[in-house]
Amino acid sequence: MKSVVIKVKRYDGKKTWWQEYKVEAPSEKVSVLDLLVKVKEEQDPTLAVRYSCRMAICGSCGMVINGVPRLACQTLLSELKAEFITVEPMWNHKVIKDLVVDLEPDFEKVKKVKPYIIRDIKEIYETDKEFGQKPEELDKYYNFAYCIQCGLCMSACPVVATHERFLGPMALNAGYRWSADSRDQGWKERVKIIDAEEGVWACHLAYTCSAVCPRGVDPGFSIQLLKAAMLRKAKRP
Amino acid sequence: MEVLEYDVVVVGSGLAGLRAAVAAALRGAAVAVVTKVAGPRSHSISAEGGMAAVVHPNKTGDSYELHAYDTVKGGDFLVDQEAAITLAYEAPKEVHFLDSIGVPWNKDPDGTFSLRQFGGMSKPRTVFAKDKTGFYIMSAIYKHVKGFSNIHLYEEHLVTRLVVKGGAFHGVVAYDMRRGELRGFAAPAGVVATGGGGRMYRLTTMGFLNTGEMYGYAMRAGLALRDMEFVQWHPTALVPAGVLISEAARAEGAYLVNRHGERFMKRYAPERMELAPRDVVSRAIYLECLKGNGFVHESGLCYVGLDIRHLDPERVKQRLPLLLELSKTYAGVNPLNELIPVRPAVHYFMGGIMTDIEGRALDRDGNWVRGLWAAGEAASTGVHGANRLGSNSLAECAVWGRLAGEAAAAYARGRRPAGELVAEAVKAEEERINGLLRREGGGESVRGLLKELQNLMEGGGGIVRSERASVEALKKLTDLRGRLNNVRISDGGRIYNMELREVLELEGMLLAAETVLLGALLRQESRGAHYRVDFQNRDDRRWLVHSVYFLYGGNVMTKQRPVNVTRWMPEARRY
Repeated sequence: MKSVVIKVKRYDGKKTWWQEYKVEAPSEKVSVLDLLVKVKEEQDPTLAVRYSCRMAICGSCGMVINGVPRLACQTLLSELKAEFITVEPMWNHKVIKDLVVDLEPDFEKVKKVKPYIIRDIKEIYETDKEFGQKPEELDKYYNFAYCIQCGLCMSACPVVATHERFLGPMALNAGYRWSADSRDQGWKERVKIIDAEEGVWACHLAYTCSAVCPRGVDPGFSIQLLKAAMLRKAKRP
Repeated sequence: MEVLEYDVVVVGSGLAGLRAAVAAALRGAAVAVVTKVAGPRSHSISAEGGMAAVVHPNKTGDSYELHAYDTVKGGDFLVDQEAAITLAYEAPKEVHFLDSIGVPWNKDPDGTFSLRQFGGMSKPRTVFAKDKTGFYIMSAIYKHVKGFSNIHLYEEHLVTRLVVKGGAFHGVVAYDMRRGELRGFAAPAGVVATGGGGRMYRLTTMGFLNTGEMYGYAMRAGLALRDMEFVQWHPTALVPAGVLISEAARAEGAYLVNRHGERFMKRYAPERMELAPRDVVSRAIYLECLKGNGFVHESGLCYVGLDIRHLDPERVKQRLPLLLELSKTYAGVNPLNELIPVRPAVHYFMGGIMTDIEGRALDRDGNWVRGLWAAGEAASTGVHGANRLGSNSLAECAVWGRLAGEAAAAYARGRRPAGELVAEAVKAEEERINGLLRREGGGESVRGLLKELQNLMEGGGGIVRSERASVEALKKLTDLRGRLNNVRISDGGRIYNMELREVLELEGMLLAAETVLLGALLRQESRGAHYRVDFQNRDDRRWLVHSVYFLYGGNVMTKQRPVNVTRWMPEARRY
């Protein structure tokens, strides 16, 4: 057992305040999410946190932990090496309550880049024809397909912080992932959307997005790949 | 008060729900997806190993009939056999559909689907995307759904009531967490796809949102549940967190070993060894622990070792990256040179809302509640019988999601939503929920009651059951039901009030839990996932029957229905 103090930035729709909780951690291997759930169970059921899978794949529990945007379920006490933990809601997002933020604007931006296979609708719904994809074609986008849409990159991006219309790393990465898929034929359509001031060109290459990505997706790199494909006028990135 | 009108309302946004929404939308229906989850975060996203479908019958000498037969045998002959046939024939179409919307299936060098062999399957027939299949499916279909202008998503809306009147479905009432208000959804057709209820148990691979309240709400609305006593324990959940380690590990050749280093499965399933069905393997681990052959974790949990050290590390990195990551993060082990500590945890509910083979939701007499379908884990189509085979569930979700969505859209055409009926229901819910929020006195906390529920379920509805244990658990459950009326909600706000959500969930969970325990008590035989120490054999003469549960005068009642045996007579189940 180890005593830990968690300081949480709270919000109830009207006011914001910091609240401290002291919890006993059963071991060093517990996650910050485990501790927050413990706080809810033992001390304060009113604390609002979004979480579900607790295995870093559903993308629910993004928050700022000791000054870094991270998934609470993936952040273990042992790696924080601190007895004092501060937790705030994700930056660059409107807070609904406590640690729960509104991700709708992020999802709307992702939607803008048409994140799906674009080709003749009949081919998708009316035939059983296999599009076929070789392992090397898969490798072109596989890593970028591992975005769990947790919003951490949007929370960390300095451009998103000041430029409301900037599509941001989450959406632009989706633009790359779907365009680089050999089954897709939508690159031309997407270029119109992302070859714009609020598209790839607003990116300052801060790479904070890639630094905080809990899945190692590297959206900073996909943005550069998009730029390169546009400048080369390639048929697909 | 707001009542929105649609043609089809889908409850739940996992694979089954979203597949239903797409199918209905393609037929021109205006669709509302009402879900308590935010974004693509439903638990389908955590599915790992793959999706069973006979996509290349010639490549492996496989057939649809063989897939159906394996499913029937895997389900210990409690399967409605025509449902298994439907699954086998329709699943390949769904794999192609998911391929066409961008799921990055693993492919062999010739461009055909890679296949792996899962427990209880007699051929390799599981297609997969590494060991993150559910993730890739969910992220593709969620974005696909967002591309439809006639599908509207209402996220973080907990459905608290199905509106059923005069034998027909009319809509739902939901608590909108983000706005803190109730909303009605009126539609002539509905699809319930709310998933399972693993959180009734202490140890589960399921996420925190898989509370299973809809099972209880469905009974309240006059629907029947079926086969709820069959709860699947997945053999390899990571100790101590309970996070799932995919069956794909064993499909790729992993061993299970006890603390003496022995591959103990040879004593339980000499032919199929680690690739016996999940009920067999889970029971084996349980017995090894009972005999003192297991390891003991610092938390007190007994476990066995999952050994992949003899596998090619490159292949493991290619095909099981999530396994490596999860083992490292949540158990602190490197599987390339250490054993992975695993033990069984609750993983899937074979039972659910009773439907016919087309997914139409039925009442206790087997009559269709007009306009309502159920799909995925929330439903009991009869396809899994007493035990589900690994990788059949993604197939199930896609197949019955589509069938339900198509049928719902066709049914809704030309029918009008009954807005007033739903408005009345919203008003009634409003009063009920205000009552909960204003309740004074009472010292029970909802999380305290939940903990007690989880403990008693393990006692009375666990891997191994007995009359005594189930009776005791049912007694405790009755006590909990009484104490639910003394729960006090300390959060006075209405926006994102998690305590309110948890109380509403617990109401439904307690009803669902009662059906599980009642079935565990009444079924005097051992079949599939239901194992009784006091009745250790399968008894086809008395118990080749489905259990049906329903509410009558506020109490859970049960009756039996015959199993649809159309092709394969029950035989001894050896692996």
